[in-house]
Amino acid sequence: MAASTTISPSTSFVANKNELGFSGFVTSRLPSAKRFGGGKPGRKVVAVMAPPQKAERMPATTGSVKNAMTMTEKIFAKASEKPKLSPGENVWVNVDVLMTHDVCGPGSFGIFKKEFGQNAKVWDREKVVVIPDHYIFTADERANRNVDILRDFCKEQNIKYFYDITDLSDFKGVCHVALAQEGHCRPGEVLLGTDSHTCTAGAFGQFATGIGNTDAGFVLGTGKLLLKVPPTLRFVLDGEMPNHLLAKDLILQIIGEISVAGATYKSMEFVGSTVESLNMEERMTLCNMVVEAGGKNGVVPADATTFEYLKDKTTKRYEPLYSDGSARFLSEYRFDVSKLEPLVAKPHSPDNRALARECKDVKIDRVYIGSCTGGKAEDFLAAAKVFLASGKKVKVPTFLVPATQKVWLDLYTLPVPGSGGKTCSQIFEEAGCDPPASPGCGACLGGPKDTYARMNDAKVCVSTTNRNFPGRMGHKEGQIYLASPYTAVASALTGYVTDPREFLQ
Amino acid sequence: MAAVSFPSTTFAPQSTKPNPKSVFPSPSNLSFSSRSCPSFPLTPLRCSPLRRAAITVACASADVSSSAKAFRGLCYVVGDNIDTDQIIPAEHLTLVPSNPSEYEKLGSFALCGLPSSYTTRFVVPDATKTEYSIIIGGANFGCGSSREHAPVALGAAGAVAVVAESYARIFFRNSVATGEVYPIEVEDRVCEECQTGDEVSVLLEEGGGRLINHRTGKEWKLKPIGDAGPVIEAGGIFAYARKTGMIPSAA
Repeated sequence: MAASTTISPSTSFVANKNELGFSGFVTSRLPSAKRFGGGKPGRKVVAVMAPPQKAERMPATTGSVKNAMTMTEKIFAKASEKPKLSPGENVWVNVDVLMTHDVCGPGSFGIFKKEFGQNAKVWDREKVVVIPDHYIFTADERANRNVDILRDFCKEQNIKYFYDITDLSDFKGVCHVALAQEGHCRPGEVLLGTDSHTCTAGAFGQFATGIGNTDAGFVLGTGKLLLKVPPTLRFVLDGEMPNHLLAKDLILQIIGEISVAGATYKSMEFVGSTVESLNMEERMTLCNMVVEAGGKNGVVPADATTFEYLKDKTTKRYEPLYSDGSARFLSEYRFDVSKLEPLVAKPHSPDNRALARECKDVKIDRVYIGSCTGGKAEDFLAAAKVFLASGKKVKVPTFLVPATQKVWLDLYTLPVPGSGGKTCSQIFEEAGCDPPASPGCGACLGGPKDTYARMNDAKVCVSTTNRNFPGRMGHKEGQIYLASPYTAVASALTGYVTDPREFLQ
Repeated sequence: MAAVSFPSTTFAPQSTKPNPKSVFPSPSNLSFSSRSCPSFPLTPLRCSPLRRAAITVACASADVSSSAKAFRGLCYVVGDNIDTDQIIPAEHLTLVPSNPSEYEKLGSFALCGLPSSYTTRFVVPDATKTEYSIIIGGANFGCGSSREHAPVALGAAGAVAVVAESYARIFFRNSVATGEVYPIEVEDRVCEECQTGDEVSVLLEEGGGRLINHRTGKEWKLKPIGDAGPVIEAGGIFAYARKTGMIPSAA
């Protein structure tokens, strides 16, 4: 599989996805369970369902096999200005974007000032994106003070991108969705954020991961961070997506397969025809929960869908990078998506996977649709689809928390296909849901006691969010079933955990 | 900003000469006699003036400058997958760790998210400090959020080390970056063989070290700290960066 030309990893091109496509199966044998740096044994190749159908060889995108790298390795190589890297190496990488919010911003700025001096300036005022989103609709004094701290710092540093909450024209909402909507996610780049779900941006074919305040303080001053190159687990998802499944089901399937520590320190690469068929928001959902498997980052190769999404959002030049055909992956997992079924993650772990239909006797008290995982426009459109198919009203309180201003507006303006021109908000109202709440993280992580939809009693909730550890949404004895928007709505309509095929044929 | 040079560095363990200012010089091969160790007065773990750790430094009869790191105290035992919401529930995240009084408050909430099946609390109500300086955990300790408040809360409460089967990535990184707690790995299911309240010693030596349960007399080998060693050794990511010339020394 030697290429005829040698192309360095930093060649820039805007690729036609078919030239470098990852559709079809890799027939060249990948080394199974190659271990890097010790630790628990990697999982073997798992053929989950039907055997491969097509044999399609992929052209290598760089030169000799010796230099073959995965997408994540290539991004690291480019960001650390090295010609090649191997997993396990610790390198200083250049950061393209640093994001922070109201929970971790104050602490990060505090460390920055302490370490670099009270008069220090951030390394690049255009590369820091500050997005208050966690505790912004609360009376809690400290929470409000924290947003003030963000504002003061951004003013002093003349930060270009500060999405303040005081002026609705600036306000965005949940950081990970806002980053994408505002064009801060670009293929081939390094994006770090003081939030574990920063990995969401990997949907754009970039390296994106969560860091703590101290690391963020360091990046603020230097624009660099010491990172270890992760090995990559490859997930090949093929087959036509059934009309009752969403990306949430796919990632719950994967997390259930490899466990909450299955991807610790590793990169998760998602390829295959199903992945290619997903829109950007669905790809974001996929990458969002990479951290729930312990993953360092998730990536989806950039393609026409990506470029189309980015067209009206950014004018910055970017350089997509792709795994070489002969790159080495730690393990490869294959799924025939056409055979999968709607899932839930039962209390109290994201890897506590179960078929939704097997939980139909679980009586629930409420449903929550929101967060970076399940509160995007596509998630609400999906929810509306099930309400439309059912025509009935919900049996339990159903909370809707759009992730951002844009999503909120979409709920009130976008016509839902097949509804005769109705908007999501109309459909939700007719179904008896609570009116869409102010955009933000909401009750996904509990938060201050007066947070909308916070679980203050021991209730059973089906949620489109990302974690269900004890106390996650507030009450320690609360029971959270993680699910897709389809499954969440189906459950709201029956009052029990319900497979959406009850409504979607 | 002043121009800085960024040499490309791959992580390599560095041998550090004993720093007269530091109480803990670099680890060396030293065998410990656990019975004949004199107790030393309380000593802070790192340079943060905010730490008041209840640790006892046990040193062998050899001279202080060549002693390895050692902690001795009561242990608090938890299970697998202790996520950051259990370590510090989200409602307390309005506390800013770089603010001294809020740092102390964070400590008072450390591990308050553990379910009520944990009848002994890590920090008793109305207290800000814990009696347990060493936390013993299972697999995937610290999973979940990237909130640095998690290792900070543990450290602020008075924990000095966590000894667990494995760690979630961001928690481990934050522990190393802040220096708040030593994240130590052990091969065995130590969490099943120790009980909350057992007096234990954690001895860090070159190549790993040992965990000793003084109640049962049992000993376990600790895994070497690995690539994070030089960063912890230096005192966190900033100190390490200054040491290796990545950023200028603090004014």
